[in-house]
Amino acid sequence: MKKVGNHNSIARKLFLGFALSLIFSLNSFAQEVAPDAAVADAAAAPAPASGGDAIKGKELFNANCAACHKLDAKATGPALRGVAAKYDTAWLYKWIRNSSELIKSGDPQAIKIYEEYNKSVMSAFPQLSDADIDNIIAYTSEPKAAAPAAVVAGAEAIPGAAPADSGMSNNIILAALALVMIILVVMLFLVNKVLTTVAKANGIEVTPKTPTTPIWKVFVRNQFLVLISSIFLLLAGAYFVYGFFMQIGIDQDYAPIQPIHYSHRIHAGSNGIDCKYCHSSSRVSKHSGIPSLNVCMNCHKSIAEVSDTTATPEYSKAFYDNEIQKLYKAVGWDAENQKYTGKTEPVKWVRIHNLPSFVYFNHSQHVNVAGVECQTCHGPVQEYEIQKQFAPLTMAWCIDCHRKTEVKMEGNEYYTKIHDELSKKYGVEKLTAAQMGGLECGKCHY
Amino acid sequence: MSSYKKYWKSVEELDENSSIVEALKNNEFVEAIPTDEFLGNSDALASSSTSRRDFLKYVGFSTAAATLAACEGPVNKSIPYVLQPEQIIPGVADYYATSVFDGFDFANLLIKTREGRPIKIDNNTIAGANFSANARIHASILSLYDSMRLKEPKIEGKNSTWAAVDAKIKSSIADASAKGGQVVLFTNTLASPSTEKLVAEFLGKNPNAKHVIYDTVSESEALDAFETVYGERALVNYDFSKASLIVSVGADFLGDWQGGSYASGYAQGRIPKGGRMSRHFQMESNMTLSGAAADKRLAMSTANQKQALVHIYNIVTGSSIAVKLDSSYKSEVTKAAQQLKAAGSKGLLVSGIQDKNAQLLVLAINQKLSSEAFANSGVRLIRKGSNAKVNQLIADMKSGSVHTLIMSGINPVYSLPNSTTFVEGLKKVKTSVSFTLKEDETAMLSTIAAAVPHYLESWNDLSIVKGNYSITQPTIRPLFSTKQFQDVLLALNGQSGSFYDYIKANSSAIIAGSSWNKVLHDGVYAGVSSNIGAGSADYNAAASTLAQSKAIQGLELVLYTKTGLGDGQQANNPWLQEFPDPITRVSWDNYLTVSNADAKKYELSNEIVANGGLNGSYATITTAEGLKLENVPVIVQPGQAIGTVGLALGYGRKAAMKEEMMVGINAYPLYKSFNNVQSITLAIGDGEHEFACVQGQKTLMGRGDIIKETSLEIFNTKDAEFWNKQPMVSLDHKEVEATSVDLWDTFDRSVGHHFNLSIDLNACTGCGACVIACHAENNVPVVGKSEIRRSRDMHWLRIDRYYSSEDTFEGDNERKENISGLSSSLSTFNEMETAGDNPQVSFQPVMCQHCNHAPCETVCPVAATSHSRQGQNHMAYNRCVGTRYCANNCPYKVRRFNWFLYNKNSEFDYHMNDDLGRMVLNPDVNVRSRGVMEKCSMCIQMTQATILKAKNEGRVVVDGEFQTACSNACSQGAMKFGDINDSGAAITKLAGDERMYHLLEHVGTKPNVIYHVKVRNT
Repeated sequence: MKKVGNHNSIARKLFLGFALSLIFSLNSFAQEVAPDAAVADAAAAPAPASGGDAIKGKELFNANCAACHKLDAKATGPALRGVAAKYDTAWLYKWIRNSSELIKSGDPQAIKIYEEYNKSVMSAFPQLSDADIDNIIAYTSEPKAAAPAAVVAGAEAIPGAAPADSGMSNNIILAALALVMIILVVMLFLVNKVLTTVAKANGIEVTPKTPTTPIWKVFVRNQFLVLISSIFLLLAGAYFVYGFFMQIGIDQDYAPIQPIHYSHRIHAGSNGIDCKYCHSSSRVSKHSGIPSLNVCMNCHKSIAEVSDTTATPEYSKAFYDNEIQKLYKAVGWDAENQKYTGKTEPVKWVRIHNLPSFVYFNHSQHVNVAGVECQTCHGPVQEYEIQKQFAPLTMAWCIDCHRKTEVKMEGNEYYTKIHDELSKKYGVEKLTAAQMGGLECGKCHY
Repeated sequence: MSSYKKYWKSVEELDENSSIVEALKNNEFVEAIPTDEFLGNSDALASSSTSRRDFLKYVGFSTAAATLAACEGPVNKSIPYVLQPEQIIPGVADYYATSVFDGFDFANLLIKTREGRPIKIDNNTIAGANFSANARIHASILSLYDSMRLKEPKIEGKNSTWAAVDAKIKSSIADASAKGGQVVLFTNTLASPSTEKLVAEFLGKNPNAKHVIYDTVSESEALDAFETVYGERALVNYDFSKASLIVSVGADFLGDWQGGSYASGYAQGRIPKGGRMSRHFQMESNMTLSGAAADKRLAMSTANQKQALVHIYNIVTGSSIAVKLDSSYKSEVTKAAQQLKAAGSKGLLVSGIQDKNAQLLVLAINQKLSSEAFANSGVRLIRKGSNAKVNQLIADMKSGSVHTLIMSGINPVYSLPNSTTFVEGLKKVKTSVSFTLKEDETAMLSTIAAAVPHYLESWNDLSIVKGNYSITQPTIRPLFSTKQFQDVLLALNGQSGSFYDYIKANSSAIIAGSSWNKVLHDGVYAGVSSNIGAGSADYNAAASTLAQSKAIQGLELVLYTKTGLGDGQQANNPWLQEFPDPITRVSWDNYLTVSNADAKKYELSNEIVANGGLNGSYATITTAEGLKLENVPVIVQPGQAIGTVGLALGYGRKAAMKEEMMVGINAYPLYKSFNNVQSITLAIGDGEHEFACVQGQKTLMGRGDIIKETSLEIFNTKDAEFWNKQPMVSLDHKEVEATSVDLWDTFDRSVGHHFNLSIDLNACTGCGACVIACHAENNVPVVGKSEIRRSRDMHWLRIDRYYSSEDTFEGDNERKENISGLSSSLSTFNEMETAGDNPQVSFQPVMCQHCNHAPCETVCPVAATSHSRQGQNHMAYNRCVGTRYCANNCPYKVRRFNWFLYNKNSEFDYHMNDDLGRMVLNPDVNVRSRGVMEKCSMCIQMTQATILKAKNEGRVVVDGEFQTACSNACSQGAMKFGDINDSGAAITKLAGDERMYHLLEHVGTKPNVIYHVKVRNT
């Protein structure tokens, strides 16, 4: 009976161990980044149009026309796909080189377009040769590529499918391992049984184990051990309680859901827009500044939808386009008629970096004077789909950086004298922010 | 004897058969406990499913939930502009130049705005901007965010629209002209070329209309005198910096006399340069700022002042009008007059006597002296009111001939002495319109209460001094549905466009050689101010009439305006209410100032009670006309002329005020015939008044090391060691200089910036502008009257006032030196606690001294206060646990403790308790919470901002760039701030000046605030 009991306990331990390993492995799955779904190249093979090179035309189009025109949608100017079919090429040459002259000359077609688009005059492009314009026309005459949209749509049809797939294969391996373990346990049982039977058959007496005192009793009787372990437990407890308390109010990795899904990955990453283009006040002010919506509209006036390549398995093109629509609604932009309605709904962004009021932090000191990269404190923003708080923003974190960072004094006359005298005093070549007085309480607390 | 002893409760117990005994034995409680009240309803009890256990569970869970919820941070929203204005960058301050004239005060200002809201008022220092802000102007930024402001127009007490208001006024004016009734514009002095033109156009369009100007505090007599002599209704714009001998007969020119704003010119002559400084004689009845600054002060009643003025006139002009001057004053007045005559064109005589003849003599004397201070800086246009015309209007109103009354910028129901007559007349007026910031006493009784914007939301142009032109421009969009008086006038005149267009069109003729944009940017256009020409009147007749004027029967009541509240239009401003009066150091009150002798005579007294608060008797005032004011609190005022009492105007307002601010007594009913001197009788009243006074001590007790004073003669003839002694201490039984002994290790501060704040006691007039500027800059909370009384005031900067016990401080010092023996010292010190009857007065602004060896820093158990290399003593509020050791160890008593949460707390219903009032807070400075210590930071937010600006621009900081709120506000130049490591800086010179000393130098704290020995030209 005892033996069985022993076996049982072993089996239970094994089972527990297995269960634990399973839990951890599942957790580790959760942490894994879903591999990028292969996004097919959106560009389909160009169908060459007559008389022009579409590839050259695309370059020219992007360089000259894209600011106001899109292929398939109305922007400041009309959509240009198939423009050659609508107008005579010779007329187009004239129009593109100098549209206002054409309008002045009383060309009815020109006047019609001029009236239709709020009497906004198209810039003249006298530098474009006939061949150039032919190339552009060739580009605009390409049929619309339909394939990539389907790919994206397919991806969006089963959201989360990709991560589920890779998880499945891991599960199978784990299940197989578990099976092997179970088989091993069963085998152990069987071997033991067989051995006992053999022993019995051979007349060897299996001496029953003398009952020993249970281990916990031994433990309890050993007062020294009890003392040591209780001290250990208390210290460990204190450690964790301390850890818990110290993280209160620290919102590292805080990534709230924003009213408009703004992706830094697309703007700062894919498009490489400089941080300070939008956060311009970080150069001169204590605040980095959330850009006002008119800054967004500098570009989004002509970017009403994302390109097909921008979409990810997680966020579809339709999703992003909808977010741009939210911007239009907030700023009161009527994309249809290309004008502002005057009805605005300011966006209530959720503030991510919340410094307590007793801390004074000035962006211009760090960005402009010290030349600290934005990423130093805000993390690889260009990779963030959802912006989060990268740094803990604790005082220790500030102090640590102040201790390590050398003052950038080159070319700044303010520092010349102070730096010379101080570095002589401290006997160093380059001073750190701390040595300049960057650790004094009142520099940040007032 | 039996050990058995029985105690009985009543005789009833001795009666065995008594039923009461039995009943008492069985009942634990003699009276039944009324359990039925809460357990009687058995149905409800039975149906309730909440048991006691459940209740405890709920309590436990909710406590736990609350605890957990507290761990969750709040979600903060950030809302950027949809369309960001080009000039606004969040976090960067914008400045706008503007000017103000509110009918009483005027100044050229620079308004600091953050994210579109004005948060601080600074002085405009550009050339031509001659008038700097006083305490009231500094505080006026808070009046912009007054939650009691009138938010939209009202017709007959009901909210209305501007269209309705315009239509109603228009129809009323039409009705008036049809019926032949008068239309009266009843305004304060406008001093605005455009508004005056607009009014003239209105009068041209409406022949039945007239314009009556009313100054709440009248200067009518001085205006009449000037008009008689020069044919123009204006006041002289004196230039005190040009006067080396100043004789003032009852003129508090450092206060509000003739508009005030004379302190900066005066202070220029008070700083000894090359062994010279101006000399100042003051003859007055109340103790004023001017009297405190004077080299020689004579306390005399107004009756005596009149005789003295004639006496001076006699001596200066060589006339011989018979005078009845009290013999005790004669020699001093004669001395002053002879010196004035000797000073010639460098002499100046001013007078505040409300008498046309007296004012004529002022002109005569200054003409005779051909005083430079008098003749060369033009005339002021800030007072134009006429008592006679106001009285005529009230008579017209009473007779019913006024049909439409349009009032602007005034509150006559509150401020007219004959307010009851005015109210009677107002009832007979068909349509009365009050253009007002608040629904005040007058607006409440008017047909239309028209809400006007604050001057920080308005357009206007001003001509404070003739020839000088300045522009008032809005610094914020109107907070409420308001409309300017001028815009309504434009509409009534049938002119199109806004008042802004009108000013702009008008200005082109005035600002020759400049452009509108330039003037708007600068705030001022410095035109040519004309000299005062020639003029004459029968001065001898005036002198003899004045000499024959009768002395007042009974006590002479002298009404005055306080530095804090002025004429009372900002009575709902908590900064001003809490501002301690520079002389009495009492806040939140007005009171009757009584001389020591009169106090004894009428058995009036002040005493400091056990809790440290000041109590005073009540007095009952009765005027000659039988008007009675009861329960007027009394302050025994050293220096008050015997036979006179003083009382401040501007208090006791009740309409559109928060309850806390309804303090004091309205003295305007006593202001009969707009004369600030009235005859009264006095009697002691019942009970005691509890004052909120921030300084219990009156005298310096001969401690000449706190305020070092010397006379010009000694200053010029003796070495600095004599009049600026270094304190000595005993080290190893040897006397050594205190500065050479130190407990602390010295720290090298020679690299980088090292800030010092210099305070010249000669230039400080105690005006208090710095105190309010400090409030605005540093988000200093208002704590209220009862907390001030408990000595819990939060002022980071205080201006201590000391009286001498003898006639002079020097006398005090001598008396202290001559003490020998214990009994003599006890009795003498006891006597020296009382201020003299006509004492010398000294002011000393005291803020954190930023000691290099700070006693507060060593006792902080949590290192919340620490020192910086730049010389500033830092205070980390978030680190402070509130032990208050630092405050106890501070020898200067400048640390302030937050006994309560002063923001968002309905117990302290001041500006920090409403959203509107909190708009004034400086976003760069933390708002302190309950339980932490705070103190002057030497405006570290400003010094850091200056450093950052230089760093951003890649240059060194220029001298003069470093400023603090107080040094910026000080137009007298008493406070100078800078970096002493900059060898060329002005502050470095000041720190090395031989007048320089440190407060309590013998303590060895090595402060970074330095003072300059006060020199009196006695």
